[in-house]
Amino acid sequence: MTGAVERFLSDQRAFVGNGAGGSLAWVKELRAQAIARFTALGLPTTAQEDWRFTSVQAIAETAFALPSTPRADAPSAKEIRAYEVCEAGRHLVVFVNGRYSGALSSVAGLPAGVKVGSLAEALKTDGELVRRYLGKYIPDDHAFAALNMSFVFDGGFVYIPPGVTMEEPVQFLYLSVPGAVPTVSHPRSLVVVERMGRASVVETYAGHGDGVYLTNAVSEIVVADGARADIYRIQREREQAFHVASTATHQGRDSVVQLHPVVLGAALARHDINVVLDGENGLALLNGLYILGGNQHADHHTTIDHAKPHCESHEYFNGVLDGGSHGVFNGRIIVRPGAQRTDSKQTNNNLVLSEDARADSQPQLEIYADDVKCTHGATLGPIDEGAMFYMRSRGIPLAEARSLLTYGFGAEIVDRMEIAPLQAQLDRMIRRRLLGTERTA
Amino acid sequence: MLEIRNLHASVAGTEILKGIDLSVRAGEVHAIMGPNGSGKSTLAQLLAGHPAYTVTSGSIHFDGGDLTELQPEERARAGVFLAFQYPVEIRGVTNAYFLRSALNAIRKSRGQEELDPVDFLEVLDQKLKAIGWDDSLMNRPVNEGFSGGEKKRNEILQLAVLEPRLAILDETDSGLDIDALKTVAEAVNRLRAKDRAFVVVTHYQRLLNYIVPDYVHVLAEGRIVKSGGKELAHELEARGYDWLREPAAV
Repeated sequence: MTGAVERFLSDQRAFVGNGAGGSLAWVKELRAQAIARFTALGLPTTAQEDWRFTSVQAIAETAFALPSTPRADAPSAKEIRAYEVCEAGRHLVVFVNGRYSGALSSVAGLPAGVKVGSLAEALKTDGELVRRYLGKYIPDDHAFAALNMSFVFDGGFVYIPPGVTMEEPVQFLYLSVPGAVPTVSHPRSLVVVERMGRASVVETYAGHGDGVYLTNAVSEIVVADGARADIYRIQREREQAFHVASTATHQGRDSVVQLHPVVLGAALARHDINVVLDGENGLALLNGLYILGGNQHADHHTTIDHAKPHCESHEYFNGVLDGGSHGVFNGRIIVRPGAQRTDSKQTNNNLVLSEDARADSQPQLEIYADDVKCTHGATLGPIDEGAMFYMRSRGIPLAEARSLLTYGFGAEIVDRMEIAPLQAQLDRMIRRRLLGTERTA
Repeated sequence: MLEIRNLHASVAGTEILKGIDLSVRAGEVHAIMGPNGSGKSTLAQLLAGHPAYTVTSGSIHFDGGDLTELQPEERARAGVFLAFQYPVEIRGVTNAYFLRSALNAIRKSRGQEELDPVDFLEVLDQKLKAIGWDDSLMNRPVNEGFSGGEKKRNEILQLAVLEPRLAILDETDSGLDIDALKTVAEAVNRLRAKDRAFVVVTHYQRLLNYIVPDYVHVLAEGRIVKSGGKELAHELEARGYDWLREPAAV
């Protein structure tokens, strides 16, 4: 894997050398620190506990080029409509191969003080604001996150000032347009919701056209006292894609974070989620879904850090695994000393539809306080025969009963979301994947 | 309507039913009582077509046709309904969606038009009114987080909507307090009809105070050991089951 690290290093040198990332001294410094950290960490191997089930060999063996100029064959506004979840003309921020596309984006009618746009632009106009948050929340032991920071220059940016509720969701659409050679992008999202503010953001990761590419994404979500952020993350990359990502949320007191990660795409996907409840009475909901088939591999590593007392976290991850796919879920809950009255619930249910499919589920509880309630449960297995008989005894044919039970695994997660057009879009995708039809019966 | 002749059945090689004879005519209510492990629930689930049970000899005819040849869904379409003792939870599928799928599967098999969501709600509304209930369970996932009473109510609601010819209630009274029991029994009574028969499987006589049977059968060790009228249920309540187990060979 040394070759791979060398390749990323030389690409990074070229990237900072040509000035593509802008010239702010503190950003340069962050990149320099990050590439040093990446070099020290190297790419993870399956010898490391956290990467036991997920090999990044295929990523290491691929030479990815960084697309440095906007592509001529970027999709048209009409072509991206299939990915959109917002009303026409509202709050869509589009990135093509990691670079902001003004032509495809549309943001209008924002409440006073709200900023929605690209990080590259924000670095120019609101540099000091970005500086307060950028890179402060991602754990520093993650090589890919460090790599992302070493290439940082663009991604989605939302800033909600104190007391402002943003009713409409903002969508970041990260589109990869693969070319003749494998490409890589390092999109970086930053969402800051100040005291008593409220926002919801949909991150959509998709590929446009065939080819090999790597998306190495990082999102930081900062939610101040009394604020709320709902983050939806739809990963629908193309079949040959690699997708590695880290999401970090940081919450003040009385705050709410909802995180809804959905994985439908990519050959190899890894998502590390790090939730820190850093004020009393915070609430975090993690509501995730992965639907895999063929040789897809998806790994979720979540950490919920109860740093302060009286916080609640609810974690639900459902997986549907068909073909020769492999789903991995590792759910770590940390209750810090003094974080009394923590209430934490974790469930991971896996429906394993074929003999060759595989699910691994691992809870990891680290509890250093004594007055806490922590529950966890995981299921792995084929369709429940008892439920099959129940449905058939009501007249529902065998095949339809199987489909409905499978669909229910996805629907249960989608039902917890709160953006109707997104739910409808996901429902269509899930039906297509699991039932072979988009029709609502 | 239902003719069971010398029925023997086993699960995983163990014989549970050892020669059952039972005739049920349209409009009748038959109670099947018996101690735990007597085969009551096996009989109920076997009639609905549970794949775990194998008929080893004897016959079951329903409306003249051989019921044992039908898959569970075909039995449902033919008009057999089992109210489960332990209704199953189905994640992510709402009660309304589930019930409409079931009703449409049955309608389709009868050559009737399938109902769209709007028409279905109308049908549902009528049925709910008929049994005096509200629609509070309809938009929740099937049986998920339901209380014991809600689960049993939900079974009876399905019965009302699917309109079977033969309804088998498997220990519908288990886990219900007296108020919930009355609510469920009252709905069942409203669903009694000339062309519909009920087979009520229960361990206790209590339910039969509210759903008054025409016939009572006592099942013990896989056989019907005694049949009689509704007064037999009272006798069982007073004397228990042991007196019936004394070997006939003595």
